[in-house]
Amino acid sequence: MFANLDFDVIRRALPYLFYEGMTFTLTLTALAALGGLVFGTALALMRLSGYKILGRIAGVYVDFMRSLPLVLVIFWFYFLVPYIGQWVTGASRPISVGAFASSLITFIMFEAAYFSEIMRAGIQSISRGQPAAASALGLTYAQTMRYVVLPQAFRNMLPVLITQTIVLFQDTSLVYVLSITDFLGAASKVAQRDGRLVEMYLFAAVVYFTISCIASFGVRRLQARIAIIR
Amino acid sequence: MIEISHVNKWYSPSFQVLTDCTTSVTKGEVVVVCGPSGSGKSTLIKCVNALEPFQSGDISVDGTKVNDPKTNLPKLRSRVGMVFQHFELFPHLKIIDNLCLAQQKVLDRSRDKAMAKGMQLLERVGLKEQAQKYPANLSGGQQQRVAIARALAMDPIVMLFDEPTSALDPEMVSEVLDVMVDLAHEGMTMMVVTHEMGFARKVANRVIFMDRGEIVEDAAKEDFFGKPRSDRAQKFLSKILSH
Ligand SMILES: Nc1ncnc2c1ncn2[C@@H]1O[C@H](COP(=O)(O)OP(=O)(O)OP(=O)(O)O)[C@@H](O)[C@H]1O
Ligand SMILES: [Mg+2]
Repeated sequence: MFANLDFDVIRRALPYLFYEGMTFTLTLTALAALGGLVFGTALALMRLSGYKILGRIAGVYVDFMRSLPLVLVIFWFYFLVPYIGQWVTGASRPISVGAFASSLITFIMFEAAYFSEIMRAGIQSISRGQPAAASALGLTYAQTMRYVVLPQAFRNMLPVLITQTIVLFQDTSLVYVLSITDFLGAASKVAQRDGRLVEMYLFAAVVYFTISCIASFGVRRLQARIAIIR
Repeated sequence: MIEISHVNKWYSPSFQVLTDCTTSVTKGEVVVVCGPSGSGKSTLIKCVNALEPFQSGDISVDGTKVNDPKTNLPKLRSRVGMVFQHFELFPHLKIIDNLCLAQQKVLDRSRDKAMAKGMQLLERVGLKEQAQKYPANLSGGQQQRVAIARALAMDPIVMLFDEPTSALDPEMVSEVLDVMVDLAHEGMTMMVVTHEMGFARKVANRVIFMDRGEIVEDAAKEDFFGKPRSDRAQKFLSKILSH
């Protein structure tokens, strides 16, 4: 079966796969991780704020997002956002939202649910003496969070945050349902065009595996370093 | 400077941690608070800068009521220095940045001014060389001296200490107490929770003895060490002075 495999098709497709596909995948991963972290931290702060209503809203949101399959969210969001946009702006027809914007917003909203749980654990891992000392110096609640609690929570949770980002990196391949040319989408297009399904999907698997593996290895080294600092 | 009157505090309806506490600390005075573990010393001192709320009574610092909802608490706290049992330096910041953070963010001092003040205070507590290190690289005694310097950087009108030496190895206690004694001699107003009776004898004006949430004894140092009026204080004193 492997006798008539043609691996040269990969070499010829490399520029397309990486310049278009991988660039999109990495951009989406980075922006979604950043947005998810910011939004997720806000959710975590809501849950820990002591205001019952805020905490409940954030809690319901997190549980809701975590009980839906991501691929469905991507799909639905893509078809719903134009209509939501129309409703919000009062336009006469559904507004057009690009596939990239739509998938980015979806991933930010989805990842925020996971990042918020990580940041919540991180904030709770800081001893109560730290915010007390900050307040005692006259820092406001917001300043205490910004300069004392969140930096420490982020540092303590960095390995987990990166691990979650590796999962996100793999999950971005689900945008294929919107026929977007991410790395997997690009590989898939070449595979269909040249009729080289085995070669291209094998190659795609190797690339995802290699990148994730290197990143995981980096996380383990980071974990060891953080353990020494503490 | 500090007026505490009839303060009551409950942690739960069935657990009253402070009962009708009344006392005061006047300007330039050093007051030592002692008492058995769990008697409410930490709770009382944390009420003074409103780190702990209380249900009834009044506390005012320099004429400002801390339990008034209209009081700007961050502003009030910035004028009240506090030193904790476990130092509570910020581990992600260098020593000098531990001293600069609140100066810059709360008092709006420029970076240069905050640094100058910080270095001057580090020199005063004998730790100028450690400015660029992180807290984890310092000994307990050094960390506590940094914590004192951090509080002093805000130019406080009064300093609160909550068992500043009880988490330290014995050989490091004196380096911290020396800094506190100097501070007392310079006329700083201080409220100090401690079991270091040597410190109390040396610099305290008054000693407060607490037991089960009550101020049992509030006496001039000479009277307290001469002969405490209450049995409980006598027992406590003989216990901690016997070793
Ligand atoms: N957040 C809290 N919730 C409920 N109970 C508390 C809380 N903090 C302290 N307590 C209880 O209140 C009592 C007084 O505590 P506090 O820390 O003021 O005592 P202390 O005199 O400082 O004792 P120590 O010498 O051990 O520091 C203790 O019985 C303690 O268990
Ligand atoms: Mg205590």
